[in-house]
Amino acid sequence: MKKRYAMAVDTVRCVGCSACVISCKTENALPDGGFRDWIVQEVRGAFPDLSMEIRSERCNHCSEPSCVDACPTGASHVAEGGVVAVARNKCTGCKACIAACPYGARYVHPAGFVDKCTFCLHRVQKGKQPACVETCPTRSLTFGDLEDPDSPVARLLRSRRSRVLQPEAGNKPNVFFLS
Amino acid sequence: MNEIDVARHSLMIDSLLHIWGWEIPVYLFLGGMAAGVMILTSLLMMREGDRSPAVRWLAFAAPVLVTVGMGALFLDLSFKLHAWRFYLAFRWTSPMSWGAWILVVVYPVSLALALAGLGDEQVERVAAFMGRFGLGAPTRALSAFGRQRFEELRWVNLGVGAALGLYTGILLSTLGARALWNSALFGPLFLASGLSTGAAFLMLFRLSEDERHFVTRWDKLAIGLEVAVLLLFLAGLVTSGAASKDAASLLLGGPWTASFWSLVVIAGLAVPLLLETLESRLHLRATVVTPLLVLAGGFALRWIMVAAGQA
Repeated sequence: MKKRYAMAVDTVRCVGCSACVISCKTENALPDGGFRDWIVQEVRGAFPDLSMEIRSERCNHCSEPSCVDACPTGASHVAEGGVVAVARNKCTGCKACIAACPYGARYVHPAGFVDKCTFCLHRVQKGKQPACVETCPTRSLTFGDLEDPDSPVARLLRSRRSRVLQPEAGNKPNVFFLS
Repeated sequence: MNEIDVARHSLMIDSLLHIWGWEIPVYLFLGGMAAGVMILTSLLMMREGDRSPAVRWLAFAAPVLVTVGMGALFLDLSFKLHAWRFYLAFRWTSPMSWGAWILVVVYPVSLALALAGLGDEQVERVAAFMGRFGLGAPTRALSAFGRQRFEELRWVNLGVGAALGLYTGILLSTLGARALWNSALFGPLFLASGLSTGAAFLMLFRLSEDERHFVTRWDKLAIGLEVAVLLLFLAGLVTSGAASKDAASLLLGGPWTASFWSLVVIAGLAVPLLLETLESRLHLRATVVTPLLVLAGGFALRWIMVAAGQA
């Protein structure tokens, strides 16, 4: 059956330690200043009535990726399991995909091509978890195949309340935030 | 109150929400102008009677303008060695891919029509010049082909020009993640502006009295259309969802208001339209002030739209 990789980010468990960011940088040998994932802290209210949500964010690997539609050379494409990927040998660095992404998930690598999260497909294909998921000390991140009803991510999303970022963009993201 | 703190102090991402710098508005301006020149030279060639030398030679302006514009585009690419990749693919969902191919079609069509519009002696001069680069025979062949198919070529040139003008707008409007650009009216807006800047460009040269009159009439029509589309564009944004309203407020009270209304609407549209009307009504001698204002207004439109869309 066709796979649909997805991630659930538990905003209740996440403490914003940035271990996912560091492990991603290490695993993928990212350049100085380049990030494929990042931490967002959203504080609601005014002191002393405050609440905070911490999110580990990355490319949403959308089911309807506007970046792939905007790419003129086919460098941005949908790879195995619905992962949105960039073929470096086809990328001209025109930045249309960056302009088309509602999430700011892409950046220009110093070597010229556009870089982004791959859900660590190179690890997933070997049966391992993405680096950020494996590292997360609070186990906030759950990765898996949504088409498999028994996968941990599918079960989490059935039982917990979840939302996606900017659903109004219409891209149908595959990174879900549990609350 | 909601306070959002992104723990990603990355100059590579966060400063680069503004991803397109001066190269893109310069290209959109030159591409639009080339589109206008193509449409107008086609229309001028459809008229009865003789054409001035200026109009004959100005048909070559379109490929020159497109070349300079593509140079700016090339400078914007961050992986310049892969520029050829545009021509190994056609992605129908990507306006940039359409544009890359339209730009290629512009050259043979506009050059063939320009050569066909020249007199025998002028073609020989061009062929002699191109002969220095070993391109004398192809030049003569293209000219002969152009003359043979002159009728159709004028319409094809007009169509390719319109496609070029429309696509420069659609390029921005399909990028839905930027609310200001997310309007289907961007295509017609940039086409009208391209037609008017193309007309203004032609008016900078020594056209015959009759031709100048003809081009000025088209310029007035294009400016009128541009004003109408601009109003519809703003009305569309203001009456849409929250994101569009926020985007519209950039031009209606926000940081881009003063420059948009003064440079684009007043100096680039209203004043030249008034000057052109006065010139033709009172039979005044045309100056370069009007076309220069139109060109500056057209450039300001591209600049402000590209910059404000990424703000």
